Amino acid sequence: MNYKMLGRIVGMVLVLESVLMIPALLIACAEKNLRVIQGFGGAILIGLLVGSLLIYRSKQAKKKFYAKEGMVCVGLCWVAMGLVGALPFFLSGKIPNYMDAFFEIVSGLTTTGASVLSDVEALGKGLLFWRSFSHWIGGMGVLVFFLAIIPISGNNEGFTLHILRAESPGPSVNKMVPRMKQSAMILYIMYCVLTVLDIIFLLIGRMPVFDAFCIAFGTAGTGGFAVTNAGLAGYTIFAQNVTTVFMLLFGVNFGVYYLIILKNFIGIIQDEELRLYLTIVAGSILLITINVLGKTADTMTVGTSLQQAAFQVASIVTTTGFSTTDFDLWPSLSKSILMILMMVGACAGSTGGGLKVVRLLLLGKGIKRNSHQIFHNKEVQVIRFNGGRVGEQTMANVNSYFAAYVIIIVVSFLLVSADAGNFSLTTNFSAVMATFNNIGPGFDSVGATRNFAEYSVLSKGILSLDMLLGRLEIFPIFALFMPSTYQRK
Amino acid sequence: MYIIIAGDGKVGEMLTRQLSAEGHDITLIDRDADVLESSIEQYDVMSVVGNCASMETLRQAGVERADLLITATSSDEINLLCCMTAHGMNRSLHTIARIRTPEYAESVYAMRKTFALSFTVNPERQAAAEIDHLLKYPEFLHRETFAQGLVEIVEIRIKDENSKLANQPLNRMESIVHCQTLVCAVTRDGQTTIPSGDFVLRAGDRIFVTASAQNLSILLKNLGIIQKRMKNAMLVGGGRICYYLTQRLLKEGVNVKIIDQNQARCEALAESLPKAVVVCMDASIHSNLVKEGLEECDALVAMTGIDELNIVLGVYGSALNIPRIVTKLGRADNIRILDDLSVGGIVSPKELCANQIVQYVRAMHNQVGAAVTVHSIADGQAEAIEFVVDETTRHCGTELKDLKLRKNVLLASITRGRDLIFPRGDTYFQPGDRMVVVSAGGNVISQINDIFAK
Repeated sequence: MNYKMLGRIVGMVLVLESVLMIPALLIACAEKNLRVIQGFGGAILIGLLVGSLLIYRSKQAKKKFYAKEGMVCVGLCWVAMGLVGALPFFLSGKIPNYMDAFFEIVSGLTTTGASVLSDVEALGKGLLFWRSFSHWIGGMGVLVFFLAIIPISGNNEGFTLHILRAESPGPSVNKMVPRMKQSAMILYIMYCVLTVLDIIFLLIGRMPVFDAFCIAFGTAGTGGFAVTNAGLAGYTIFAQNVTTVFMLLFGVNFGVYYLIILKNFIGIIQDEELRLYLTIVAGSILLITINVLGKTADTMTVGTSLQQAAFQVASIVTTTGFSTTDFDLWPSLSKSILMILMMVGACAGSTGGGLKVVRLLLLGKGIKRNSHQIFHNKEVQVIRFNGGRVGEQTMANVNSYFAAYVIIIVVSFLLVSADAGNFSLTTNFSAVMATFNNIGPGFDSVGATRNFAEYSVLSKGILSLDMLLGRLEIFPIFALFMPSTYQRK
Repeated sequence: MYIIIAGDGKVGEMLTRQLSAEGHDITLIDRDADVLESSIEQYDVMSVVGNCASMETLRQAGVERADLLITATSSDEINLLCCMTAHGMNRSLHTIARIRTPEYAESVYAMRKTFALSFTVNPERQAAAEIDHLLKYPEFLHRETFAQGLVEIVEIRIKDENSKLANQPLNRMESIVHCQTLVCAVTRDGQTTIPSGDFVLRAGDRIFVTASAQNLSILLKNLGIIQKRMKNAMLVGGGRICYYLTQRLLKEGVNVKIIDQNQARCEALAESLPKAVVVCMDASIHSNLVKEGLEECDALVAMTGIDELNIVLGVYGSALNIPRIVTKLGRADNIRILDDLSVGGIVSPKELCANQIVQYVRAMHNQVGAAVTVHSIADGQAEAIEFVVDETTRHCGTELKDLKLRKNVLLASITRGRDLIFPRGDTYFQPGDRMVVVSAGGNVISQINDIFAK
């Protein structure tokens, strides 16, 4: 393990995070909210201090960096960012319990959007902005941003690929252009352009400027923190529909947008993952629309049913977690569909969480092949995706990912069920699903209008870990806990 | 520049390392996904798995945007087809193909238009030339030629305490060798440095000396080394290099004996090289070699396909005190461990080939002030680069004592017309001069103005 290099990168990320807190600090200053200013001031100071200390201590770091270090590096950076990012909430006294503050910011950075607060408006605009901005930072990934702007020493080395792979979601992450720096730059430019478009449309929909920025950040990162207690229900129908469309857009693999830049439109139409994603979305919307029609006050007509169903499906499948209505009141079938969508998640290479559509597709193809081979055991079949062959190694990775995914859900479910609060089965299961898949709201006691405050500190810790596991796709966080990571062999 | 490299073998890897360090965007194509994976983990480059001669693969690699295609797959035919296809897809593309089959040499040259080749490299022929070069002056472990053959940088090993140069400071060198030379780099214990005048040489050092081509014999004579004409040469390993080398040696009137253990290959060589003696036997059995008269030979070239065998043969040859020994190595990274073994001169065809391509890329990348020749010396720890000074070169006419060069950069020689000038404090350069610069310590010098301190 190259501890010095790890320290250096963690240090740089902390400094970067402190810098990213400055806009929120300025908003707090404009609001003249003294305690919040103190909170941010303290957090920025601590972040800069710890960060520069780490950088200073690791001046002569060797550049050797392998896959293991890449994994551990990403895991460590995210935990460190959570620890420092929680400080503004804690130091300002708005969230007096540090574990709660940690839960809140991890929920922000992992683009989950699960909250421990019932009255978010009491936070003040500075903290609200930081919460939403953390979605935007976490959506595309901090280290990817890092690769885009800061020349890490030895920028000709390939180790940056390990970082990209550990941080970006999906079974096979690769660069779009030869240079890592340019690759990261392209990703961020597309991300910024889409975000700005979203803000413009929201403003056209007569949303207040501050809200438009925060909601756009939440949409872009597929996070889901709102800035009012009413969620998104208080905004115009146009603004809600704009959000529906943009949530779906941010759930698409960014590689597809790069194909637009390359003017390769046939490639987009033929993208199997995109097709399946759109089919799942359309099918779910249709079923829910029919199912909820006339059942609640919000869904009396076909138009409103369709609009609510579309919004909720987009919100859940992209793992954003915004809500315009209390879908806990919906009939069982609709709720079940939403619960299943939680698992499906968005496309690989997007900002969304969950299992990812492409993994589902590959799992399905794998099952088809294996069941076929039970009867035709001499037949050789190759699994294809978008015209190319999927390597057996990738298939094995997808399978073991799915196994790990299920095990984590089961173990977390069991641990959270032991909570002293004695919550219902639905609450506990949906809490695990909503955090591990980075969605936000679940059902019952953690439903769209409720929050996670009642859970004990231990459960919040487990759920925070689940959020990190979900966002970083399990293995970088696993690597932190493996004894073999630290053994010198 | 955007460069596509087809074939991620030894040459491909060497090129990737060098060219991506020089700031070019590289995409690698190979059929083997595992090889590519290890390359993209090591270097900041992209990769495409597939057959490089197919349009689909080339399209995936972005051939439409590429400036240069380098084909270095193991098959000449694929290299040629790949260049043709790619050029058809992008008319402004430059192509470099590695062509190794001797039979193609003529057709490739005559039909370079048809094959859409901007440049071809033949590592084996180049290696043969290099070996021939080394055999002429066996005391030089390496010889690099600059300024159209006027200037040479040669590598000499200070064998022991009895050597005339041992324990002498560099500024006394001229009074020992009685001709103008300049030591531009010294490798001691695997570390290469650019020495100053008071640097004291020790036994075991390898020194890189700049000298004019006609002074080489004087240099050798004054170092106490007597030259005898080469009469009998034994070449072990009957590959392509052997073919090219034998042709050259026979032309020089040397008796050549070729040893290989493959009957078919021996017959082919005997057919195409009637004047050479071809023996089919296992060269790893040393008594066989002695039986074939190794002790009477005054040159041994070990160039089988197995590096280990070549090294053993080299060591064996020097134990028999054969005056001229050249050892061929496929993997250039093995050179470092050979520091203390006496295996004579070392030739690595892959390295020669990669150097030649890098040179082309530099010239293409930067037409103005670009390097004319690049040779990597001292196991790749230093580079000797030749530039032509022109109007855009900074500090023309400034005396060297007023000039600050970058750290670890040395001006080794200036050639003006047919005159060779060894730089002193009052030397200056002017447009039209050719200069040779030696750079150590990982500086990337792609054009002449890079040598000056910032």
